[in-house]
Amino acid sequence: MSKTVIEHAEASEVFNRDEPYVNWHDETLWFVRQKRDKSSKQLPEWEQLREAASGIKNYVLSHLDELLISFEQKAKENGVQVHWASNAAEHNEIVLGLLKRHKIEKMVKSKSMLTEECHMNEFLTKNGIEVIDTDLGERIVQLRNEPPSHIVLPAIHLKKKDIGDLFHQHLGTDAGATDPQYLTEAARQHLRDKFLTRRAALTGVNFAIAETGGFVVSTNEGNADMGAHLADIHIACMGFEKIIPKQEHLGVFLRLLARSATGQPITTYSSHFKKPREGQEMHIVIVDNGRSTQLGRKDFRNSLKCIRCGACMNTCPVYRRSGGHSYHNAVAGPIGSILAPNLDMTKNADLPFASTLCGSCSNVCPVKIDIHDQLYKWRQVLAKEGHVPKSKEIGIRAMSTVLGAPRFYQWSGRLGRTVMRAMPFMVNNSLNPWYKQRDMPEPPKESFRDWYVRNRKN
Amino acid sequence: MSSRDKILGQIRQNKPEALPLPTVTTFASDFENTEDKFREMLSAIYTEVIVVKNLKELAQKAGELYKGIVNRATTIPALSAWADFSLNVSDPHELETVEIAIVQAEFGVAENGAVWISDQYLPHRVLPFITQNLAFVIPRNALVDNMHEAYVRLQDTLGWGCFIAGPSKTADIEQSLVIGAHGARSMVIFLLEDE
Repeated sequence: MSKTVIEHAEASEVFNRDEPYVNWHDETLWFVRQKRDKSSKQLPEWEQLREAASGIKNYVLSHLDELLISFEQKAKENGVQVHWASNAAEHNEIVLGLLKRHKIEKMVKSKSMLTEECHMNEFLTKNGIEVIDTDLGERIVQLRNEPPSHIVLPAIHLKKKDIGDLFHQHLGTDAGATDPQYLTEAARQHLRDKFLTRRAALTGVNFAIAETGGFVVSTNEGNADMGAHLADIHIACMGFEKIIPKQEHLGVFLRLLARSATGQPITTYSSHFKKPREGQEMHIVIVDNGRSTQLGRKDFRNSLKCIRCGACMNTCPVYRRSGGHSYHNAVAGPIGSILAPNLDMTKNADLPFASTLCGSCSNVCPVKIDIHDQLYKWRQVLAKEGHVPKSKEIGIRAMSTVLGAPRFYQWSGRLGRTVMRAMPFMVNNSLNPWYKQRDMPEPPKESFRDWYVRNRKN
Repeated sequence: MSSRDKILGQIRQNKPEALPLPTVTTFASDFENTEDKFREMLSAIYTEVIVVKNLKELAQKAGELYKGIVNRATTIPALSAWADFSLNVSDPHELETVEIAIVQAEFGVAENGAVWISDQYLPHRVLPFITQNLAFVIPRNALVDNMHEAYVRLQDTLGWGCFIAGPSKTADIEQSLVIGAHGARSMVIFLLEDE
């Protein structure tokens, strides 16, 4: 991205200016989280399923090379062409090369966070290729010229009025129309024309099976299938961690994925691709782009177990109140914040701090990634390597002085309580970051320590 | 060095110590009544389930249900008189005007209402997506409890196959559920008693 990065805290401040809007955003995502809870509780074996998924993914990480080689061999036997890309640039060149070879200038694309990560649309557009995103949410943000704000719900930050205005401008819907049914119908007609006229379709990959060389793509809208089955050439792009050993393991992952994402027992379509249809070309691009480096980071490699359900975002109090765009990364929220520093520590040093470390993300993660522990550990790494801003460093140092000296701590606590009571304006002002978007609490009369000392005497 | 070798080399260098596959990766669902669960899940995703005794009753029901609709396609020989749209086309784009397709499928999954369809039952992969309305016919006894059982049944997923659970949908506009995103706008499942 050529745009300058605005740090998470700063971007959140902008996001928080409109309080009713933030409340709406917060509640909408919490509603999705609740659907996940309800759905997961339907299965008595839920925790065992998470354990199984986590175990399978641990096996995957420790056998990645063998699994990828097996996948490649089987895929080739199935008549699929396999490409390898070390980084985003190579990935983009491979896709462009395939399109050029077929003299194709227009392509439909279903959801792929990998291509967001690689900034493929921008690259292809610069090279004269028109890319149409066909997931409704992705099409909406594409027309707005912005990235998705959520990996599963790309347009979750928008109100229907925003979308109504957008469609009025681009698709000719009635001015002021905001009915989701009407707007979706307009998008259906608009995109159906694209499906019917494009010769290339690009899809993501949810799971790639080492044993069979097949891969699974999950959607609710049916856009991946509409694109792939009508196109002359189907290009599927995957980060190499999408591999799973056996087909039967899909039983575990497909049971967890949609329930964790939206609370549905399964997505409407779970499409199993193995061989191209007659006369069609099928390509798979296997991408590294920093993943093999992350694999070598003992404390952070587990982040590669992620199946991109988005549950950690829906549950995160910081994500819900700061919005996906404040994370300035293709994958936002808690999981994005532990993936992003691996790609660029300087640019993403703020992200592991965009968390209260409450641990809710780890609790809902279907593959049991220790997300909040990794957020904490990234902070240590970033501070050690000098990526933490001076102001934060000074604050942390002051804090450690206070917390390291019990007498000083007691004295400063008493002082703080007195100040808050006697001169509330000292803390209730814009210089205090804790005062932003919230009131300071009533200061307690005494500390727990004072209370304990006094009561133990009796 | 090729990118392939570079990536695999780096993985070999950086991967953790080998861990075994977990021993338990399948679970039984033990629903009291598999068909009831299947119906319950489908009604939650706007799909009607109709039991028919035989192919004759299927044809009769199809006639009633889709009365007045033109561009009717089917893969079921017993419905050939009902259909007015031939699937015998070489280019799948020609299917763009299909209004209703009644298609033979293999089996259903009770825990989520999904039905498995594959190359084995389809002349064109795009048919269940491009048609405006979709109906599957599966044997009444071809229901499994959950996805683990489904994959025991599915030793081979063929060139292409798909679990389809209900009509196409989206909630991308303010989380309001809308049926009929890109795929079928409606879905009916016929459970056929005898074959």
